[in-house]
Amino acid sequence: MMNLLRLIGGGRTASAPVARERLQILLAHERGLRGQPDLLGLLRTGILAVVSRHIVLDPDKVIVRMDRGKHVSTLEVDIEVPNGVETSMAAAAS
Amino acid sequence: MAKVLVVTSGKGGVGKTTSTAALGAALAQMGEKVVVVDFDVGLRNLDLVLGAERRVVFDLINVVQGVAKLSQALIRDKRLENLWLLPASQTRDKDALTDVGVGSIIAELRTRFDWILCDSPAGIERGAMLAMRYADEAIIVTNPEVSSVRDSDRIIGMLDSKTVKAERGERVEKHILITRYDSARASRGEMLSIDDILEILATPLLGIIPESQDVLRASNVGSPVTLNNAASAPARAYVDAVRRLMGEAVTMTVPVERKGLMNRLLGRRAA
Repeated sequence: MMNLLRLIGGGRTASAPVARERLQILLAHERGLRGQPDLLGLLRTGILAVVSRHIVLDPDKVIVRMDRGKHVSTLEVDIEVPNGVETSMAAAAS
Repeated sequence: MAKVLVVTSGKGGVGKTTSTAALGAALAQMGEKVVVVDFDVGLRNLDLVLGAERRVVFDLINVVQGVAKLSQALIRDKRLENLWLLPASQTRDKDALTDVGVGSIIAELRTRFDWILCDSPAGIERGAMLAMRYADEAIIVTNPEVSSVRDSDRIIGMLDSKTVKAERGERVEKHILITRYDSARASRGEMLSIDDILEILATPLLGIIPESQDVLRASNVGSPVTLNNAASAPARAYVDAVRRLMGEAVTMTVPVERKGLMNRLLGRRAA
């Protein structure tokens, strides 16, 4: 019967189960965060403060990203460092 | 005892105003004394959906600011003598609405009406917060679509934390009203099913309003769908929802369009 319906529907597969699963993962996460401070904002400020102790940074060039998976999440920190920093660091170290 | 109900959703365009008008009219048709209050300051539309747009003189903010008395701002429906509208302001100054001001208006409305239906603006900002602030119960209007379900979940969280009832440690009774539901698409797995939505939101269902041309037709002419075409599928669904609100046990069904024989043979919808 499902196959017959699929045939009539032009071979498309049902997308509602995908919607349900995506929502379940997302909402489980969002409910946990409710009322909590903005984690990414805090991380960004903290990372910026630590790195700024050693390198002069443009605060707008510090990007903190979180990718939430079902089992594992990744935290990506992207800091753009101006050219010439390596030599000035080497000079400071010596 | 008067009941204050907020009709809310988070997401815009899901049918809050249409549902407020239809539920308010259905309650009034059953003999209840009802006021529908438009909280969408700057973007009022409940007046238009109810066909009262040319009769607005004073509004909610005028009453909050003491420019007009509540009785001067209330507009009585021309078709249903038990139905009243308190329109929103067209002024863009949203800060004119204060928590205390809204509280005193709601308190006064409680002495005059059986039901106070607050039509919330979209979003989670001040206007939406004030619309739900004094609610006893909430109707969360949800479309079978991911962004709407997500926003409903967010609104449920707000109802459980930001309302006066929640702050007192009590609970705002919550109901899901699913609108624009297409049973055929849901059965083909192309649309979130009722069970999916209820499982995700973990909130009881008040009613299922089928996708229907009658809804647009009713708003075009400024008449709540329950009044404009009482026999239509959405009108019957709204009436069922209202009976449930009043405590009746009504079997949950998705009313379907009743097609004439010729239309059925030709596969056409009644125009």
